[in-house]
Amino acid sequence: MKPEDPIVGRSLGKLDGAKLAAGRPAFTDDFPVPGMLVGKILASSRAHARIRSIDTSRAKALPGVRAVLTWQDVPRVPHTTAGQAWPEPSPYDTFLLDSKVRFVGDRVAAVAADTRAIAEEAVRLIEVDYENLPAVLDMEQAMAEGVAVIHDEPDAKGIHDARHNLAGYILKELGDVEAGFREADFVCEREFRTHRQQHCPIEPHVTASWLDPDDRLTILSSTQVPFHARRQVAMILQIPVQRVHVIKPRIGGGFGGKQELLLEDICGALTLATRRPVKIEYTRAEEFFMARSRHPQVLRMKMGVKRDGSITASSLKVLATTGAYGSHALTVQGNTGSKVLPLYRTPNMRFECHVVYTNMPVAGAFRGYGCPQGFFAQESVVDEIAHDLGLDPIEFRRRNLIRLGDLDELSAQLGEGRKGLARTIRSCGMPQCLEEGAAAIGWQEKRQAPPARDGHLRRGVGVACSMQGSSIAGIDWGAALIRMNEDGSFHVMSGASDVGAGADTVMAQIAAETLGVTLDKILVTSGDTDTTPFDVGAYASSTTIISGGAVKKAAEKVRAQIVALGAKFLEVAPEAVVCRDNTVSAADGSGKCISMQDLARRATYKEKMQVMDHASHFITDSPPPFCAQFAEVEVDTDTGQVRVLHLATAIDCGVALNPALAEGQVEGAVAQGIGYGLYEEMAIDGQGVMRNPNFLDYKILAANDMPKLTTILVPTEEPLGPYGAKSIGEVAINGPTPAVANAIFHAIGIRFRKLPIRPEDVLRAWREKNRQEQPAAVTR
Amino acid sequence: MSAIEIDVTVNGAARRWRVAPGDLLLDVLRREGYGGVKRGCESGECGACTILLDGKAVLACLTFAAQADGREVVTIEGLSPDGKLDPLQEAFVEHAAVQCGYCAPGMILSAKALLDERPDPSEAEVREALAGNLCRCTGYVKPVEAVLAAARAKGGAR
Repeated sequence: MKPEDPIVGRSLGKLDGAKLAAGRPAFTDDFPVPGMLVGKILASSRAHARIRSIDTSRAKALPGVRAVLTWQDVPRVPHTTAGQAWPEPSPYDTFLLDSKVRFVGDRVAAVAADTRAIAEEAVRLIEVDYENLPAVLDMEQAMAEGVAVIHDEPDAKGIHDARHNLAGYILKELGDVEAGFREADFVCEREFRTHRQQHCPIEPHVTASWLDPDDRLTILSSTQVPFHARRQVAMILQIPVQRVHVIKPRIGGGFGGKQELLLEDICGALTLATRRPVKIEYTRAEEFFMARSRHPQVLRMKMGVKRDGSITASSLKVLATTGAYGSHALTVQGNTGSKVLPLYRTPNMRFECHVVYTNMPVAGAFRGYGCPQGFFAQESVVDEIAHDLGLDPIEFRRRNLIRLGDLDELSAQLGEGRKGLARTIRSCGMPQCLEEGAAAIGWQEKRQAPPARDGHLRRGVGVACSMQGSSIAGIDWGAALIRMNEDGSFHVMSGASDVGAGADTVMAQIAAETLGVTLDKILVTSGDTDTTPFDVGAYASSTTIISGGAVKKAAEKVRAQIVALGAKFLEVAPEAVVCRDNTVSAADGSGKCISMQDLARRATYKEKMQVMDHASHFITDSPPPFCAQFAEVEVDTDTGQVRVLHLATAIDCGVALNPALAEGQVEGAVAQGIGYGLYEEMAIDGQGVMRNPNFLDYKILAANDMPKLTTILVPTEEPLGPYGAKSIGEVAINGPTPAVANAIFHAIGIRFRKLPIRPEDVLRAWREKNRQEQPAAVTR
Repeated sequence: MSAIEIDVTVNGAARRWRVAPGDLLLDVLRREGYGGVKRGCESGECGACTILLDGKAVLACLTFAAQADGREVVTIEGLSPDGKLDPLQEAFVEHAAVQCGYCAPGMILSAKALLDERPDPSEAEVREALAGNLCRCTGYVKPVEAVLAAARAKGGAR
């Protein structure tokens, strides 16, 4: 029975909101440990080189230097930095420190010193004798015969074809794609190019480690995956898992970048070497080129349609680069196929992908996880086909979109680096998303009239649809433990990792709702491997559905214990007992009741019973959230500048357990998505050096750059989610780029297929178009 | 380099610190326990280390500690001295303007500097005032709403 005033579905303030707004200690660097040393990593200045020798003598002689580690000082354990469930689908091609460097920014050595200044000076004093190797910077050349082999080490594992720099390869086909294309009246095939985007969390990666009084390695870190980090650190440093304790405090933004073991291992190694607390924090520049980024891809999207607008076949061929290491290489790219193609119904689908190594900054998990690239290609092609068929882009999509009851079989083919599980669509608000989003942007008026123009300014509107998943089916799982305190409050211990999106609050709402208590009666501890039960961590849009599912199950078991006690204390049948508003009462009309507080005290001191239970949770499906996004843009044909005026997102995330937090996820993703399409790009030069590792030259949107944002939560009820919820963390990053590209086409009649869409590209294309269309007009 | 002694008023309390001439105000404040001053870029681009220096929003990473000598510094800790949140902080919590919260202290102080000078700002003025505080989580919708709501609550905001 539900309380009158449900706690789920309400925009309640975040549990950690007050302490964060007050600036109280919350983040890794806010907890100084006495005697803490500062660690610093010497980054490779070469894109590809063998280390002939390293002279650390001058660094070690510097007063205040406590340790200098090179590859000769540490265990050699092949591993992946990807924070994924074991056994990870990413190749084991990385070493704590190695005698070879594979990109500018690769680890060469690590120092621990009394102060940051000394650590930085020590790093400068390390002399490295490099033997330069030819650098492979162009992904389109990476597989060619005779090209330098980036992973020639014999002990790497799981690389698809190391000799050809091929980290991973995927080929999956449903039906018969070639037959499908033969059946088509029109075939559209286009090539798209995407670039490197960086997560840019405002808190760079930071880790502190120390030995506790029992000599266990304690690691405080800005991680999305404390349990994976614990396992990985134990493996890399060759100590038992039980000797490692990972704590995730508040973290200052993750977006997938912190689903990666970047500092925990080397920081731990410095602690073991010095027996001292050590802290390492990336500088902003290091965060750009030493952390992770979004995989650049070259995509060939092909779609066949009949005159009636039905799709006969769709095929996507991708070449992607993972950079120097294969972290998330296979799985990000798998998603480019599995989450993108099935959005439109067709019996024939094909996805092929080569993921190659290059001597470039390493790509990894990033909100959207391969989907922003894929949807940019697919939504551009779909828009082009609709235009060519003379159909409204919304109408063409409506006819072909996946719908309630459909079975998505491509997901069964493309699992987490291996065979996966098919998806059944059990909730789908896409039709309503299209309708409400179109109304918000003013689609009818703006598309029916010719595009608005004001001198050199042209306006247009565009649409894009996308979906994602909610967890990795059959792999992601989490657990929760709930304990009643003697005052009738509850302590929820959840493995979930709140990355700022509000997981702790949503877990508390689920627990409060299920237990029949108010939110203030719930205390949450999360992200501590010594205290909380296991959880894979915050990624793959899994937290609400998986960790939340675990909390709900555990709370139901605890409620059953409370009901049993209530029945005993109230002398009624258990079936007649309800928990609501911090009270346990008999619903038999007798009016008997006991406050949760009295029940708890009685259970504790009279019954001598700890009311407590736990539950584990996983699901064998990955219910997709759906999203329709609409952009209105203004193109300045004198400068090529594209200004987004309005971006409307209508999204189906099932039941939004906390609507304000759900909106926040959409608004943040949209800002990143617009940046991806128009502004953000890691500029790497011919030596593999990033030229713009700062916020002046790498532009992320500021408050005064933002267009008007409209966010519409379209309610559906997902049977597999706790209280009907699906995910919302990622999906909204997929649509802004193609919606903007399609709006630009509406405004000026030019399609852009390379990202980011820069003013110079727009201006060049606009002038080219006018030259071709009006050869006479330019003579004078 | 020889240390110098500076006298600074921080959140209303007189402090005397020995600093090196090259010490940044960011490092000294964090060292002295004002952890709400965040490190995001150390080059004046992200705004996470925003503080108020004599009432103006400035970046502690672009300010030498020595420059604060004889002046008045307010950090985020100064807005809730007795543990009770300032209405502006409350508005940030209430309007879900805090996600990861790393940029929140700087953003709140930029907003405070604005509202102290201009109690009735337009939305465009709020966006301009927050333009130096990068946030990667919120898309700025809810922070802007929070500032406008706080202004309205004080009888301002157009």
